[in-house]
Amino acid sequence: MASLIGSYSLSFGLLFSILIIFFSVKNLKAEILDKKIITFTFIQFFFVVISFFGLIISFINSDFSNETVFNHSHTTKPLFYKISGTWGNHEGSLLLWLLVLTLFISIFLIKSNQQPKKYRIFTLLFQQIIIVGFFIFLIKTSSPFNYIFPTPNEGLGLNPILQDPALAIHPPILYLGYVGSSIIFSSALAAMVTSYVSKEWAKHIKKWVLASWVFLTLGILLGSIWAYYELGWGGFWFWDPVENVSLMPWFALTTLLHCILVLEKKKILTSWAMILSIATFALSMSGTFLVRSGILNSVHTFANDPERGLFILIFLFTLIFLSIFIFIFFHSEKEKLENNFFWLSKETSILVNNWFMMYFLSVVLIGTIYPIFLEVITTNKISVGPPFYNKLILPFLIPFLIAMAIGPNLNWVKSDFKDKFYMTIFLIISFLLSAVIIKQFDINFLINTILVTSAFFLFFSTSREFFVKRFRNLSQNIAHFGFSLLILSILFNNIFSNEVITNLKIGETFETEKFTINFENIKQEDEKNFKAIIGKFNVQNLDGSSDILNPELRIYNQPNIITSEADIKTNLLTDKFMTMNYVQNQEYFNIRYQVKPFMIWIWVSVILISFGGFLSFFKKRYEV
Amino acid sequence: MKSKFIPLILIFIFLITFVIFFKGLKNSNIYTPNTNLKKEVPLFELKSFENNSIIISEKIFEDNKYYLMNIWASWCIPCKEEHKFLMKLKKDERIELIGFNYKDNFKNASSFLKDLGNPYNIIVSDKDGTASIEWGAYGVPESFLVHQNKIIKRFIGPINDENLLEIQKIIR
Amino acid sequence: MKFIPIFLIVSIILNFNLLKADEIKTENKIAKNLRCLICQGQSVYDSDSEFAISLKLVIKNKIQQGLSEEQIYSFLKMKYGEWILYDPVFNRNTYFLWLLPILIFLAGGAIIIKRFYNKK
Repeated sequence: MASLIGSYSLSFGLLFSILIIFFSVKNLKAEILDKKIITFTFIQFFFVVISFFGLIISFINSDFSNETVFNHSHTTKPLFYKISGTWGNHEGSLLLWLLVLTLFISIFLIKSNQQPKKYRIFTLLFQQIIIVGFFIFLIKTSSPFNYIFPTPNEGLGLNPILQDPALAIHPPILYLGYVGSSIIFSSALAAMVTSYVSKEWAKHIKKWVLASWVFLTLGILLGSIWAYYELGWGGFWFWDPVENVSLMPWFALTTLLHCILVLEKKKILTSWAMILSIATFALSMSGTFLVRSGILNSVHTFANDPERGLFILIFLFTLIFLSIFIFIFFHSEKEKLENNFFWLSKETSILVNNWFMMYFLSVVLIGTIYPIFLEVITTNKISVGPPFYNKLILPFLIPFLIAMAIGPNLNWVKSDFKDKFYMTIFLIISFLLSAVIIKQFDINFLINTILVTSAFFLFFSTSREFFVKRFRNLSQNIAHFGFSLLILSILFNNIFSNEVITNLKIGETFETEKFTINFENIKQEDEKNFKAIIGKFNVQNLDGSSDILNPELRIYNQPNIITSEADIKTNLLTDKFMTMNYVQNQEYFNIRYQVKPFMIWIWVSVILISFGGFLSFFKKRYEV
Repeated sequence: MKSKFIPLILIFIFLITFVIFFKGLKNSNIYTPNTNLKKEVPLFELKSFENNSIIISEKIFEDNKYYLMNIWASWCIPCKEEHKFLMKLKKDERIELIGFNYKDNFKNASSFLKDLGNPYNIIVSDKDGTASIEWGAYGVPESFLVHQNKIIKRFIGPINDENLLEIQKIIR
Repeated sequence: MKFIPIFLIVSIILNFNLLKADEIKTENKIAKNLRCLICQGQSVYDSDSEFAISLKLVIKNKIQQGLSEEQIYSFLKMKYGEWILYDPVFNRNTYFLWLLPILIFLAGGAIIIKRFYNKK
C-alpha cells in the first residue's frame, strides 16, 4: 500500500515539473513571477516527500512485495537499519537525491525573493531540467517501487558492513553537499543568461556555496570514519575511485568558495567563477555516473546496470554541453579593469590557492579516469593507487601550505610585509622542530622534514592570527587552522604508525620491541541478527602499561556473511586498533594490530574546518 | 580568434570523453587475465599429500604428456561442482591430473576424496598457499593445462562442460 | 604562551621509540602497493582474503631470501601483470598519466602570470 502511494506520488511529482516549466516559460515573457509557480514547486516537493516516506514505511513494515525492500532488508534487522536501508541502495539513494533536489529549489525560491525575477525563474527552469532528468531516471531505470508477486516471506538482507551508524547518515549528508552544487550550477547558468554575474550575485550564492561545502566536507568525513571503523584495515583514506569522486567536487567547491570571496568584493574573475560553478556540479554528477555505472573497480558497489550508466552518461553530457553553450553565447567578461592589482595582494594569494587546488583536482581526476581511457584505447589494464597520488601531491603541498600561511596576512589591495619578522621566526622554529622530530626516524629525512616544516609553519601562523585578529576573520582562521592540523595529523599518523600482522593461536604471545600481544581467550555471544566471536587480547606496552582489546568476528544470518569488527582504544595521542580474522582451516586467527598516532585529530581537524565554514554563515559581511 | 578556438577544443575534449566512457561502459570491469599464456612451469618443491615426502616439480611434468594441474580444497564449494568433470578426465589416458591441495587439512581433504572419488595421479599439498602464487593463481578452484613444461591454458574458477570439451580437443 | 604546544609536541614525539623492524616495514610497504586482485579495490595489505594472506607470506619469504623491493615487484608483475601494481610504471602507456597534471600546473602558472602582465 505504502509503496503504491509512493509510486503514484512520483508520477505526480513529474507531472508538476511539466506544469512548472510551462508556467515559468510563460512568466518569462511577461517578466513576472507567478505565485502559482512557487506553490507548484512546494507541491512537487511534497509529493517527493510522500514517495520517500512511502519507501521508508515499506522498509519499516518489511513489505517484501516491494522489490527494493526484498533485496535490501530482512525482518531480523534492527529498526534503525531498516530505516537507513532505505537509502543504502541504488534506488532509494536516488529517491533521496530527488528529495534533496526538490527541497533545495523550494528553499531557493523562498530565500531569493530579493533577487531579480528573471534570474529566479531561469534558476528554477534549469533546476527543473535536472529534476526532470532524475524523475525519468528513477521511474524508467531504477524504480524503488517495483512489485513482486508472489510476495516472498523473507528479504535478502542488508550487507552487514553497511549496518553502521556513521554510514546510515553518511549518504544524506553527502547528498546535501552534492545536490547543493546543483543549485549553484542552475543559478550560475541563470546569472549568465540574465547577465546578473555581479557582486550581488556572489553575495547571494555564497550562502549556497558555503552550505554545500560544509555538507560535502562532513559527508566525506563520515565516509572516512566509517571506512576506518568498519572495513577493518585501519586506514581512513585509500584513494579509492569512489573516495576520489567525492574529493573532486570538494576541490572544485573549495576553489569556488575562495573565488566567490573575491567576486563579492570586485567584479573580477567572473568567467572563472562560472566555470567553477559548472565544474562542481558536473563533477558531482560524474561521480554518480562513475559509481553507479560500474565502470570503475572499487570497494563501493551498487548493483550495476549498463542501462543506468548510459542514462546518466547521456544526461551528464547533455548538461555539460548545455552549459558550455550558455557560457559561450551568453557570458561576456565585462570586468572593470582596476589598476590597483598588486603582486602581494590578497587576490593574488587567492589566485594561488585556486591554482594549487586545480592542480590537486587534476591529479585526482586524471588518476581516477586514466585507467578507463587506457583500457578503452589500448586494452591495457593498469592500477593507479596511493603511491601515484602521494608522489604527485605531497611535493606540491609544501608551497601550497606556505602560501596559505602567508596569504591571509596580506591586505585586500596592497600589502607590505609588516609581519615579516614573525613569519621568519615561525619558519625557523618550524624547521628546527621538524628536523628534531624527523631525525628520530631514518625515513626520507629531506622531504618529510620540509613537509612537516611547512605544515608547522601554517600551524603557527594561523595560531597567531587568533591572537592578533581575535574575532575578525574568525571563520576563515578556524578553517585554515583546522587544515594545518589536518595535514600535521595525517603526516604524523603516517610517519609514526606502527603496524603488525600476524597469526596467533589462543594462548599464544607475539613479541616485538615495542609491545607484546597475548591472545588470552575467545567467547561466543548471540545477538539478534548475528553471532559474535569475541577475542580477548592483552597488549603490554614498553612503558609498562597494558591494554585489553576485544576484536570481534560477526557471523550474520541474513545475508550469511562473516565480518570482522575492529576494537579501537582511542585516546588523545594514539589509537590502538585491532582486528581478528578467520583463516581457512587453521586453528589460528589472523591478527592485525596497529598503533595509529593522532587519529582522533584527523577527525577533529575536519570538524574544525567545516565549523569554520558554518560560522561564516552568521557573518553579515566579509571583513576587510 | 582565441575566443572561438578554446570552446572548440573544449567541446572536442568532452566529445572524446563521452565516447571513451560510452565504450568503457560496455567493457566488463571484472579482471580477466590472459588465459593463453605460453609460460614455463614454475619450479617448486612441495610435500606429497599422502606421505609428506618431498616432490619436485621437474619430476611431475617430465613425460611428453598433457597434465592438468588443478588447485582444490575441501572447504571450497565450487570444487565439489567441478569434481565430476575431473573424474571424467581421469578416464582419459592422454592426460594426467595433478592435485594441488590448497590450504587444507589432511582429514577433511581425504574424506572429500573418499566421498567424491580421487581423480588425481599425484597430489601435492600447498599448506600456506605460497606455491600457488608462483603459478600466478588467484585462488581455488583454478586449473592449468601443461604440456612439455609449458602452461598452455589456464582455467580460473570451476571447470565446466565447455572447458572439458576444450581440454579434450587440445589433447587429442 | 606559544611555546606550550611546542613543548607538548616535542615531549610526545620523544616518547615514540620506533621499533627498528625494517623487514616488517618493507613487507608492509610492498603489500600496500599491491592490488588484491580478487577483492574489489583493496590493497593486499588491507585485505584478509586467502589470496592476500598467501601473497603476504610470499612477500615475507622473498624478503628473507634477500630479494629487493624492486625484484619482488617485477616478480609479481611477471606473474600477474601490471594490474597488480598500484604504482604505475612510467612508460609509453603512462606518459600522460604522469605528465598531464604537471602540464596543467604549468599552464595554470602561465595564465596567472599573463594576467598580471596584461594588468600592468
